Amino acid sequence: MTDRRTGAYAIKPKPRRKLSLRIRDNWQMYVFLSIPLAWLLLFKYEPMYGAIIAFKKYDFSVGIMGSPWIGLSNFIKFFNSYQFERVVGNTLYLSVVQMVLTFPIPIIFALMLNSVLSRKYKSAVENITYMPHFISTVVLVGIINRVLDINTGMINNVLAYFKVNFDTNMFIGGPNFRILYILSGVWQSTGWGSIIYMAALSSVDPELHEAATIDGASRFKRIWYIDLPTIIPTIAITLILRCGSLMSIGFDKAYLMQNDTNLAASEVISTYVYKVGLTAESGPSNTSYATAIGMFNSVVNLIALLTVNKIADKVSGSGLW
Amino acid sequence: MTVKTVPNVKPAVNNTIKISVGDKAYYTVVYSILGLFTLLIILPLINVVANSFSSQDAVAFGWVTFWPVDFTLKGYRAVFAYKGIWTAYANTFVYAIVGTTINLSMTMICAYPLARKSLPGHGIITGLFMFTMFFGGGTIPNYILVRSLGMINTRSSMIIPGALSVYNMIIARTFINNIPTELEEAAKIDGCSDFKYFFNMVLPLSGTVMAVLALYYAVGHWNDYFTAFLYLKDQDKMPLQMVLRAILIKNSFNTESLNSSAQELLYNQSLQDLLKYCFIVVSTLPILVLYPFVKKYFVKGVMIGAVKG
Repeated sequence: MTDRRTGAYAIKPKPRRKLSLRIRDNWQMYVFLSIPLAWLLLFKYEPMYGAIIAFKKYDFSVGIMGSPWIGLSNFIKFFNSYQFERVVGNTLYLSVVQMVLTFPIPIIFALMLNSVLSRKYKSAVENITYMPHFISTVVLVGIINRVLDINTGMINNVLAYFKVNFDTNMFIGGPNFRILYILSGVWQSTGWGSIIYMAALSSVDPELHEAATIDGASRFKRIWYIDLPTIIPTIAITLILRCGSLMSIGFDKAYLMQNDTNLAASEVISTYVYKVGLTAESGPSNTSYATAIGMFNSVVNLIALLTVNKIADKVSGSGLW
Repeated sequence: MTVKTVPNVKPAVNNTIKISVGDKAYYTVVYSILGLFTLLIILPLINVVANSFSSQDAVAFGWVTFWPVDFTLKGYRAVFAYKGIWTAYANTFVYAIVGTTINLSMTMICAYPLARKSLPGHGIITGLFMFTMFFGGGTIPNYILVRSLGMINTRSSMIIPGALSVYNMIIARTFINNIPTELEEAAKIDGCSDFKYFFNMVLPLSGTVMAVLALYYAVGHWNDYFTAFLYLKDQDKMPLQMVLRAILIKNSFNTESLNSSAQELLYNQSLQDLLKYCFIVVSTLPILVLYPFVKKYFVKGVMIGAVKG
């Protein structure tokens, strides 16, 4: 049989079937897909549409559509409010310091752990350091509260035992909040964060190490010239993804660690949005205003992600997509 | 000649090469740093466990470091008698089991079609899913949606809005991509429908990734407090983490459960400190007990997820 389009003589790859036919062939796949897709549209895209109330004066009784447009005034109000500097500043401060610390620490940790010769020692360190990842935020903050308790906590008592005079109440004041927030992050995420680098390190060709050893390279040199270059692409991708959350400090931990004395440092965008939008803690709740703040935050994050991805793509050719 | 050299070449692998002085110093430093860090991780946890087995006086005066002082199970007895903890535990179990089942089903029926390169539109649909990992409507629009669906203060609000994690779906998709397409073609020729192929081939072959994702989802449900915090109001629907938050962070004990007559107030204050340690242990124990057995699955998940795209 000769195909009208390809011609009998042409040696061409088999033509693709018509689109409508291919869709019909796959109808069962679309049945599967329809459920998650419906969920996605409802629970992910509908809220994106719902976020237009940031440009409206939202009135519960008339719904999203019926509420009158007010343009950018919610955003302008936020940029001019005294809270803007505070919540954006706190969020940026925490996420930048957190990034500067919690980004390189797992890399260094993985490089060190990977060089350990004793298998037992290595797996002991792994087993213990991965553990905190599974502790919930509530329990984590609970442990912090217990261990650092000024009267009964372990830290104060151990220090007192060594005659170190440490009677600071770590739960009072903004600077202490920041220290606890960042350090507990390092405590909880270092081990787990290193897994991805350990995986990348396992692909290093052992012959490279053998050759380098024979040439007299020290262990440190071998890490620097063999291990580190191998995991650079992984580091780049992790860094890009982290930049996508440049300005997002999760609600959970910040909110749980908040008290009246540290509010100046612990009020971040996510907790402020919650308070403004859903409670009456900071004056009467203002849904549209809170949505505008949230939207400002997501847009900044998206822009940061796209920018860093572009830069990474240009510099090293290892972008996200 | 060649036969003779073989034994000489063999020991050239690491162990016979003498570790140089510089390397010795390197290993000493690295082993110490790792050891210290590991101690920093484990000691607070040991302290919590040690406190939970100590007498309330020892806890109140801060005598406990890494070993129980005046060993007693009194704290645990009080925890098990505490009203509300069992309801919360049961609720969390229900949310975790029902939630994880739904999560897994959603993930697999989404991941398999998207893993199929021949599916028209799979690229666009994948893009639709991926976009939501980087951008979203925000807390308030989500809340408005859940409210308009009438799900506030219902158990379904704990499960349906988070029925799928796009990140986990991508992990599953990456895994399914590695199932050879020849298998599918062969099954097709034998007259196997897509449904049949999915249930009889894809699911059994994806056992590993399903185990990994089930664990991810289950731990997520177990540790989740934000969803309940936003959407639930009734005490009898609250999951464990909300009850823990009340006790550990807000210090609000259900006083009826502790016999708090006036003269026992002071006594109760120190009992509460002890109880907090016990609650931490009781709530985290299920995960930490399972942890050594399932660790390799968790690690596998990170590794599958690390594959680009």
